[in-house]
Amino acid sequence: MKFVKFFLVGIVFGIVMTKSEIISWLRIYEMFKFKSFHMYGIIGSAVVLGIIQVLIIKKGRIKTMYGTEIIFTPKAKQWTRYIVGGTIFGLGWALIGACPGPMFTLIGTGAWVFLFVIVSATIGTFVYGILRDKLPH
Amino acid sequence: MLEILKEPWPWYVGGPVIALVMFLLLYFGKNFGLSSNLRTFCAIGGGGKYSDFFRFNWRSQMWNIVFVLGAISGGFIATQFLKNDEPMKLNAEIVEEVKELGVETPGELLVPDELFGWDVFLTWKGFLRLMLGGFLVGFGARYAGGCTSGHAISGLSNLQLPSLVAVIGFFLGGLIMTWFLLPYFF
Repeated sequence: MKFVKFFLVGIVFGIVMTKSEIISWLRIYEMFKFKSFHMYGIIGSAVVLGIIQVLIIKKGRIKTMYGTEIIFTPKAKQWTRYIVGGTIFGLGWALIGACPGPMFTLIGTGAWVFLFVIVSATIGTFVYGILRDKLPH
Repeated sequence: MLEILKEPWPWYVGGPVIALVMFLLLYFGKNFGLSSNLRTFCAIGGGGKYSDFFRFNWRSQMWNIVFVLGAISGGFIATQFLKNDEPMKLNAEIVEEVKELGVETPGELLVPDELFGWDVFLTWKGFLRLMLGGFLVGFGARYAGGCTSGHAISGLSNLQLPSLVAVIGFFLGGLIMTWFLLPYFF
């Protein structure tokens, strides 16, 4: 039963990504061509509201539903990994127009080929895990 | 009400709902980040035999898998019950550009068949494009320590400089692909 709430929030996430067209390669293409405000508006407004949320949580000490502290883990202060890994991610994102969230939601919309895209993304993650000690971070 | 939900959701609805999703996950004591699931898949599949990176208690990540199952269902619900038949309102120049890439009626479908249909997947070019794209996303997300949700939304909301660098990387890669490399893949 404790998983039901995650399933429900996941449904909301899947619906919002579909209805605001984030899952569409066309919207991603349009974004990288700077021809529409749509995607920037979505990411921008989510981040602005997110910043306010995190501030309120930290100042007002909002707790989790279990009464425990909400913990924000700072990202490690490395730089190579973020710029190199980020660029590799961006190349793939623009190529297929889907990042790890939309990949899943797309299957629900009937775009079955994304099952194979997810398999391939999992292989990518696996190869990273194998090479991790050899890569500069 | 249902009629309003069927309309395409503008950015000022989409963004806030995504922020709400992040808040609810924080309230549940978790973090918003989708690409972690790919690592969990590797761990479930026995990846721990090959790398320490996959040796962790993946059962603690089951909530995120359930979240993703919800996200798949959400896509199904939106397509089956909240569909509207109007084409996407894309920029006119984009429509022309995409036509040149081989999409006959850009915007009629969220996911054009000419790019993501089975016929395309069964050609070498289409197969390689989709598999390479997936691989780069999965590899890059883990190398960068997060994806659009983990860095661009969660990380930036927490004013993390590393996340800003990662997002700059996302755009650098996206721009290189879109402006210079994409035509070679079609």
